[in-house]
Amino acid sequence: MALGNIKSTHQLLSKIATNDKHGENSPYFDGWKAYETNPFHPTKNPQGVIQMGLAENQLSFDLIEEWIRNNPKASICTPEGVDNFRHIANFQDYHGLPEFRNAVAKFMSKVRGGRVRFDPDRILMSGGATGANELIMFCLADPGDAFLVPCPYYPAFVRDLCWRTGVQLIPVQCDSSNNFMITREALEAAYNKAKAHNINVKGLLITNPSNPLGTTVDRETLKSIVRFINEKNIHFVCDEIYAATVFNTPTFVSVAEVIQEIEHCKRNLIHIIYSLSKDMGLPGFRVGLVYSYNDEVVNCGRKMSSFGLVSSQTQHFLAAMLADEEFVERFLKESAKRLRLRHEYFTKGLEKVNITCLPSNAGLFCWMNLRGLLKKHTFEGEMVLWRMIVNEVKLNVSPGSAFNCSEPGWFRVCFANMDHETVEVALKRIRAFVGKEIGVERKRWKSNLRLSFSTRRFDETVIMSPHMMSPHSPLVRATT
Amino acid sequence: MTQTRKPSDPKHRTREPKTPSSSSSSSFSTSGMKLIVPLQGVVQGRGGLFLGTLIPCALFYFLQLYLKRRRSGFNNPPSPSSTSSPTLPRTSSRSNLSTRGSISRVRVSKLATLVAKPDDSLYYLGLEKVSQDPYDASENPNGIIQLGLSDNKLCLDLIGKWVSRNLEGSLMGSSDDVTLSINGIAPYQPHDGLGELKMALSDFMQQVMGESVKFDPSNMILTSGATPAIEILSFCLADHGNAFLVPTPYYPGFVRDVRWRPGVDLIPVHCRSTDNFNLNITALEQAYSQARKRGVKVRGILISNPSNPVGNILTPDVLFSLLDFAEEKNIHIIADEVFAGSTYGSDKFVSIAEILDSEYVDKSRVHIVYGLSKDLSLAGFRVGVIYSFNHTVLAAAKKLSRFSSISAPTQRLVASMLSDKRFIQEYLETNRYRIQQVHDKFVDCLSKLGIKCAKSSAGMFCWADMSGLIRPYSEKGELELWEKFMSVSKINITPGSACHCIEPGWFRICFTSISFEDIPLVIERIRRVVESCKSSS
Repeated sequence: MALGNIKSTHQLLSKIATNDKHGENSPYFDGWKAYETNPFHPTKNPQGVIQMGLAENQLSFDLIEEWIRNNPKASICTPEGVDNFRHIANFQDYHGLPEFRNAVAKFMSKVRGGRVRFDPDRILMSGGATGANELIMFCLADPGDAFLVPCPYYPAFVRDLCWRTGVQLIPVQCDSSNNFMITREALEAAYNKAKAHNINVKGLLITNPSNPLGTTVDRETLKSIVRFINEKNIHFVCDEIYAATVFNTPTFVSVAEVIQEIEHCKRNLIHIIYSLSKDMGLPGFRVGLVYSYNDEVVNCGRKMSSFGLVSSQTQHFLAAMLADEEFVERFLKESAKRLRLRHEYFTKGLEKVNITCLPSNAGLFCWMNLRGLLKKHTFEGEMVLWRMIVNEVKLNVSPGSAFNCSEPGWFRVCFANMDHETVEVALKRIRAFVGKEIGVERKRWKSNLRLSFSTRRFDETVIMSPHMMSPHSPLVRATT
Repeated sequence: MTQTRKPSDPKHRTREPKTPSSSSSSSFSTSGMKLIVPLQGVVQGRGGLFLGTLIPCALFYFLQLYLKRRRSGFNNPPSPSSTSSPTLPRTSSRSNLSTRGSISRVRVSKLATLVAKPDDSLYYLGLEKVSQDPYDASENPNGIIQLGLSDNKLCLDLIGKWVSRNLEGSLMGSSDDVTLSINGIAPYQPHDGLGELKMALSDFMQQVMGESVKFDPSNMILTSGATPAIEILSFCLADHGNAFLVPTPYYPGFVRDVRWRPGVDLIPVHCRSTDNFNLNITALEQAYSQARKRGVKVRGILISNPSNPVGNILTPDVLFSLLDFAEEKNIHIIADEVFAGSTYGSDKFVSIAEILDSEYVDKSRVHIVYGLSKDLSLAGFRVGVIYSFNHTVLAAAKKLSRFSSISAPTQRLVASMLSDKRFIQEYLETNRYRIQQVHDKFVDCLSKLGIKCAKSSAGMFCWADMSGLIRPYSEKGELELWEKFMSVSKINITPGSACHCIEPGWFRICFTSISFEDIPLVIERIRRVVESCKSSS
């Protein structure tokens, strides 16, 4: 009888089950663990860790609650709606409920100001945006192929895009000299370097609005990117899950709009990832969506959606809610307003202690500049600072290195997943911490103005030195 | 070797070795290119630049194409079934794909090209045809009746009634019930399932399996349906290119769940009508050694118990033998027990979990898949379970469940429903009774038409022997009969070939998507085809 010792059990399992290509050993996830073991509560645990590492939108639940109360027919759990129960409970067609897809298409169009229409037959379901990103990779790339991804990027892309698919990520360098904007030069450099290493680049994936930056890509840059992928004949995946969190100008420009303006655009290359987790604040519902202009991808993706179908109960409910145009319009406006107010309050609170954030107009977070607080301008210094913030200040923020940022000292801090009182507590703690740090370290900080860049040693993908990029390209000057 | 002017095929350099066929075909193209260039140099001196380059290039190109075509003919996964039934196209494995068609257009992944193709499996073709022309008693009485999907509609009324009695007011319950408010279900939840649902499901599984075994909620990972559960286990237990042994006939969807993305092959272990399609350990041994001889690494056995499509139940003896076999070969067992609660015959269902309780075996190699689509008729809600004693598997599956989590409002609704034990007991009994009623009547009517069914004790289908009606006695004859059922009598049933059955002429007919009252209508349609077969013979 096998003793079941760990080694032999380990050998019995697959590589995927036993490697760490899921990327969950990064500090991004460590901070969550710190929060989980000691979560903040205003009355029960006021000294606990405040979760500022989770990009969740909790600001507009009340609007949804109100709609639910006023629309009992949308739920199959009410006397008004229960007639639908039989049909809904049994419905497992991977095409999805037609009324759900129609409502989603309308909603996506509304989020983009009605400037573009979406075809419900091109909408595919998947298990949240997580599932959607993985699904599109399975459809577009073979194991070993690569996708270009601008830095800094969402840490869990390593898991979502690479783990089971075998795809690799090639970082495209962006830095603070031009507010981390994506430049044509950076794209070319990343692409060429990959080619030189005989890596097959299958596409480019961007998040727009960006996570973690909170900025939207302007129209000209987006057009330039579309031209780039057309020239190289590679796919373009636009993760637009934060589209309706845009609370300020410039207005959001979707890739769907831009392709209408470009001549001879190969639409077969264009794919959009969407979800209701951020815009509607419903991550628990697990609604992930892939919208592709490529018929083969639609046919394949639809069949693969069997691995992450949205519950028919949820589809039915959302079909009713998203088709309520008056509600949707009111919700989008109000949600954006609340995000703007919260963003302003938070950034102003930070400015009181001379902490600036990257100017942003979207998202559920700020990209905080804490370079001034680093004892050493290295990623080690960033880790030291981060551990202090998590363990002493008791805030779970996410360090820039977890996002593969090329410069140390940047932190993503989420502000939309808590109530106002908690924001106040968080700001108080930050103010206390900064005051202490600046006071004690004033002399050391002044002498440490010499910055040092270290090459990235973060992961196993192609290592790109920031020195290769020229952020002052003519294209950048032309677009800013 | 000389440098080529063309960039060398990047696929050749970067992809890890998968199956021998795919890497050799791309390496051939590289070496083909490498040979052209020096040849150009040789011929140039004599026939001029044009002839010197064009003709040898053209020759090599056509030779390469010819060899590639030949090679793709050898790329079919070698399995005993393919030699006995060559006519019906099988779902091709990932390695089988030629890249020729991708040169002129935008390339998607090889997997996408394969999956996007119109389905050649009659299981899926049939489902598609029904969706284009579905039967409706009033709106479309000449439409195709769906008997190809094991959906249980017999007891939805019970569930509907429970829901309307128990969750009045709103999706979220009454406003003072904080746990059901929007704050409880909208935000991120544990992606491997809510604790309360795991507890409710472990109790439910215990109830379903006759109270003879307890399930521990901490050994569970919840997924959006049994489909991702099987896929996740495939990713955890096997690497790309490995294989699972699977008794035939088997559920057509296994190919999708195990082969598509995990890339794990399915090696059939043929079961025969003489055994009532019960699993034979000798056949298992043979399939295993044949696989080993071919250099294929078998990582596990995939069984469905109760069986789909036959509907028989594995006896404790067979389960013990399976465990011994798995222990001896040091492989896993995946037991798909989704029909555990849909039993009606005299044979009692025994879960493999119960066997493990009584025998001192290495539990870490056994993994159970369960779900609510069949036993509770909630296919649309997407509730699946991975149950394992292996903590490494659970840890990996927990991370993978991120891609396939159950929608939170549904988790709450189902947890609430399952905790009403009295309702569940009443439901399970009524469900079993109704399935038995329909099954018995259906099988009786079929036998009056001269069609015998395999002995079954569970499931939502009967496994009917129509070999007497097919001509010739082959997959081709079976396909023709299937087409007759589809076009003449307009019913969709699943042919045995779609389930990889080694004996032609068997069909799976699902009877739970029609009501008891509709049986005569369906039988009448079947009779039409039977008569036409008999008269044409």
